[in-house]
Formats: sequence, C-alpha cells, structure tokens
Amino acid sequence: MLSVSLKRLWHKLGSPRWFFALTETWVKAAGWAALVLLIWGSAWGLGFAPADYQQGNSFRIMYVHVPAAMLAQSLYIGMGVAGFIGLVWRMKLTDVAISACLPLGMAITALALFSGSVWGRPTWGSWWEWDGRTVSTLVLFFLYVGIYALREAIADQDLRGRASALVAMVGTVNIPIIKYSVEWWNTLHQPASFGLTQKPAMPSEMWLPLLVMVLGFYAFAAFVVLVRMRTEILNREMGARWVSDWIQARSGR
Amino acid sequence: MLELEEIVCERDGRGLFAPVSISVQAGEYIELTGPNGAGKSTLLRTLAGLHSRYSGVFESVDCLYQGHRLGLDGLLTPLENFTWFLGLEEQTPDHERFLGALQRTGVLEKAYQPCSDMSAGQQRRVAMARWLLSSRSLWLLDEPLTALDASAQKVLVQIISEHCQAGGAVVCATHGELAIPEKRSVRLEVVASTAETPTPDDSLGVRTSQG
Amino acid sequence: MSRLLRREWQVALRAKGAIINPVAFLLLSTMLFVIAAPDTVGSDAAAGILWTLVLLTQLLALDGMYRRDFDSGVLEQTLVGAQVPFVAVLTRIFMQWLSTGFIMTMLAPALGMLLGMPIALAPAIALAMLLGTPALSLLGSIGASVTVGFSRGGVILALLVLPLFLPTLIFGAGLVAAAETGSSIMPQVYALSLISLIALAIAPFATLAGLKISIEMQ
Repeated sequence: MLSVSLKRLWHKLGSPRWFFALTETWVKAAGWAALVLLIWGSAWGLGFAPADYQQGNSFRIMYVHVPAAMLAQSLYIGMGVAGFIGLVWRMKLTDVAISACLPLGMAITALALFSGSVWGRPTWGSWWEWDGRTVSTLVLFFLYVGIYALREAIADQDLRGRASALVAMVGTVNIPIIKYSVEWWNTLHQPASFGLTQKPAMPSEMWLPLLVMVLGFYAFAAFVVLVRMRTEILNREMGARWVSDWIQARSGR
Repeated sequence: MLELEEIVCERDGRGLFAPVSISVQAGEYIELTGPNGAGKSTLLRTLAGLHSRYSGVFESVDCLYQGHRLGLDGLLTPLENFTWFLGLEEQTPDHERFLGALQRTGVLEKAYQPCSDMSAGQQRRVAMARWLLSSRSLWLLDEPLTALDASAQKVLVQIISEHCQAGGAVVCATHGELAIPEKRSVRLEVVASTAETPTPDDSLGVRTSQG
Repeated sequence: MSRLLRREWQVALRAKGAIINPVAFLLLSTMLFVIAAPDTVGSDAAAGILWTLVLLTQLLALDGMYRRDFDSGVLEQTLVGAQVPFVAVLTRIFMQWLSTGFIMTMLAPALGMLLGMPIALAPAIALAMLLGTPALSLLGSIGASVTVGFSRGGVILALLVLPLFLPTLIFGAGLVAAAETGSSIMPQVYALSLISLIALAIAPFATLAGLKISIEMQ
C-alpha cells in the first residue's frame, strides 16, 4: 500500500503540473522558514554569541562562510543526483531542477570564497591562502562554471539537459576524490597551522547559531530553487491549458 | 522487419511532422518524400538510433545507415575502410569481396588510394560499395543520389533493387525519384502551426512512449 | 577489436601531426618556462611545473580526439554499425593514450632533467606519468565527447576537464616530490592507480553517452 502511494507520488513529482501544484505550499513554507532562520541566526551569531578566544570577533564571518560552503557542495551534488534520476527514470523535470540550482550554486560558491577570504584576512594575515578548504571550494566553483558554459553552448533543450546531467554526475563522482586529494596535498604543503575548521570542539553557544544559519541557508536555497523551478515550468509549459487557467486565477479575473 | 507507430520526431521540443505509421516488410523499398525541413533526415536518424527525441513507438533493429556524411576515413584506402567497417559488424574481412564490391560500383582502380584523394562522386561510389559488404538487412539511405553521376545513379538503382529482391529492405529519403518498381511512397507532412497541438500534462514528465 | 585498433594505428601513422604537435608543444612550453623563470630550474617547483605542462599538453591533444571522426561521419557509422560501440570507444581512448600519454611518459624524465631534476629521479618521474596519464586520457575523453560538436569547444573542454585532472596532478607531482626527499612513494602509487581505475570504470560509459549527445547535435 505504502509502496503504491509512494510510486504515485514519484510519478506525480515527475509531472510539471502536479509538481507545480504540490510545491505551492512548499515555496511559502521555505520562504518564511528561511527569513526567520536567517534573521535569527544572523542576530544570534553575529551579535550575541561569545567572541572566540583566539580570533576575537572576526570569526563571526564563519556564520556565513560555513553554511555557504556546505550549501555550495550540496547544490552541486543535488544537480548530480537530479541528473542521475533524469537518466534512469527519464524525468525531464530534473533538467528544470538542474537549471534552477546552477546559478544559485555559482553565487553561493562565490559567496563562500569571498567570505572565506574575508575570514582569512585577520586570521592568516592575507586575503588568500592556498589550503585544502579554499582549493576545494575554488575547484567546486570551476565545476559549476563548466556546466554553465556547457549549457550556454547547446541550443536544444533536451540535449542541453542530457549533457548537463552527464557532466554533473561525473563531477559529483569526482568531488570526494578531489576533496580527498586536496586535503592530502594540504597536509603536506601547509604547516599544521590554524585551519579554518580545525577548531577544538566548539561550545554550544557557538555552534547552535551556526546550526540555525545552516538551516536558514538551506531553507533559502529550497525557496530559491523552487521559485526558479516553478517559473521555468510556467515558461516551458506556456502552451498548456492549466497554465493559462492558473494565470487567470492569480490575476483574479 | 520494422514497425513504426505514430512516430513524430522532435527538435527543440516541437514535433516536425504529422505522426507516421509505417510497416516495413522484407523486400520493400520505401521512399520518404516531403518538403525541405520536413524531417526526412531526422526520421532516418531516429530509426538508426542517432536521434532520441521522438514520440511514438518503434523497435530498433540493426541497420545500415548512410547519411549526408560519407562515413569514410579520408586517410585510409577503401580496402582499409572496409576492413574497419566489417570489424565493427564483427564480420571477417574478405579481400576478394572488397574488390568485387568496388568493381560493382565502378571504382576498382581506386582500391589502394586514400579516400581523400578521390572526388566526391568517387567517394560516394566507395560508400555504396560498403553497403554491399554489410550484413544488415535494413538500409536507411539519406539522399543517396547526392554527387552521383548518371552511371552511378543507375548502379544505385540496381543495388537497391537487388538488395530488396534478396530479402532486404530499404527506406530512402530523396528529392529525386528513384525508378524502382513496386516502391512505396510515404510523405512526411510538416506540422503547419507552431502554436501547436495541446501539450499533454506529462510533456515534461515520465516518458511512457519510448520505443 | 584488433581491426578497430588497426585502423587507429593506420590513421596515427598517416596523420603524424596529431602525435608530433603535442610533443612539440610540451618541449616548447618547457623551454618557455626555463627562459621566463630560470630560478625554477633545479628547484622544488620543477616537478609541479612538469606535471602542469603535461596536463596542458594533454588538453591540447584532447581537442581533436573525436573531431575527425565526427566530421567525416565515421563516428555515426560507429554508433550505428558497431555491434559493441563500447569497444570502439575503449579503442579510441587507448590509442589517444598511446599517442599522447605514453609518449609523454617516455619524454618526461628527459624533460625533468631539462628542468634541473637529478637523473636519479627519472624512474620516479616515469612511474608517476605511467600511472597518471591513463586517467588523463580517460577523463579527458569524457570532456572531448561532450564538446566535439562545438566550434570552439576547446575552452569549455578545458573548463570541464581540468578539475577532473586535479587529483592526478596532486599525486603525480607528489610522487616525484616524495622520491626527491626519499620518503615512500607508495601512497601516491596507490592513489594514482586508484584514480586511473575509477576513471577506467566511468569514462567509457560516460564517453559513449557524451558521443550520443554530440551526434544528435549534428
């Protein structure tokens, strides 16, 4: 029984019309959650959490950098998973998902790089250091740009989707390999200096706001991705009856 | 040999022509006609497995495909090309057969020259010779008259007729007509309007009608 | 399989430029480096420089990997006519490695010496290249398969493929560096081999998928 209804849900998720209807409430929920969590987390982390004994107040940028870095990677892996699903279950909606995640992913990765640099300035004394984390994030950025460039070069929507899915999958498989190799490289080439995440266990006053920020970032990503997907669905399905019905209903005519 | 049910090839998310349903039997020669851009080439490529965007059902079969591109390596001689081609089909190469095929299409004297040294017409004849060597029963030919002079065109008609008589089948897209007896003509009608057929709700969803 | 290989061999012999040009580029760029930054000769940076140049050379060689066959129609014949297209792809990748990676493996010790590395390092350099260059050909093939239909696909190819090359670069240069300091090279050997094996597992399938996409763009 459960499997039957799960299958039906799965099939519904693959249909743009049903996905659109289904996500109407999800979008609102994600948007509000993001707003609340981000405001709360920022205020808490940036304002009220205790100052770090070593870094003083500059560590607070961590509340932006760490969620951004986590999200950047998650979004790419999300694209890879979407690509895989699209390939196996032949769901074209997955390309809508990929196109939605891509610009957000690029922006978030850039934010992670920038915030990492800002964090590093008072800590390292320089705007950029080549350590494991920064290199991994930089490579992730290039992985995103690669898919972006690929999509720009292919005109046909279907082919573009297939190519993006392929590259996203290959990239996703490579992410752990790249991470591991860069970490290994880092242990050789950098003295065991203070790393951005090699901290002793953080007291809960520090990591609780971090958790809130992480959840807020992810909620924000969910919001943006869903909005983009819904917009893209409307765009692609413009000829369909349900779209004109929906638009009419919304404009209250 | 090949059954097509309500096939519509697609590009950029739009159907190219009105749905076609064809049943290709052994021994048949089928000519695809229609205006430029109707999608004749695309249909052939779909049947060959090179184009995957379509709706409708057909079961793909092993076939010989000859597109606009020759499919010959210019650096290699015809004989070397044939050896490679038969390697693809996992047949054993037979030097005598190769020479026989080249003689049939009238380019025997070019057997030992790289294909890039030949004229377009001669290269087309080499491609035709390759058809004779293939073990596939179904031939999909896209504009086979291209670059053929009068004598080559006669050879083309003979080769196709013989193949059909021997139990093979040929689906051919051509602007000029081939004088082959008992041919069947299938016309592809271009879908006139771009504000098209109502899209079903699942147009982006799970593909249920793939062959 | 052997007939497919034979054709590759015949083509390679007749279009020697495909082999010579990358080699010339490698030599040229090594020379440029030595002229531009003479202090790097004999320094610790030499191994890394050598590997980077090898990577860039591989990139150059990858651009034309499928282009000839794509343009001539041989590729579509392969996809339609082959009983097992997978084997054809594998053959192509193997030949690509043979004509690029393998050649570079042979030349690398000599280039290393041009860059001032001691002759005792030659075996380590060769081993690193031998274990690492297959991964470059395999992973590069994926990028080449997807970009073959683009008129200026070279840049996109670089963008797609260089992140994938990074682990090989790290461990390849790392192997030489470890040999230089006398520490064990086994971790790098394992890592390079593992990467090449993973590449072998995913690249042929991914390449075939990429070629099918590209051929549909024709």
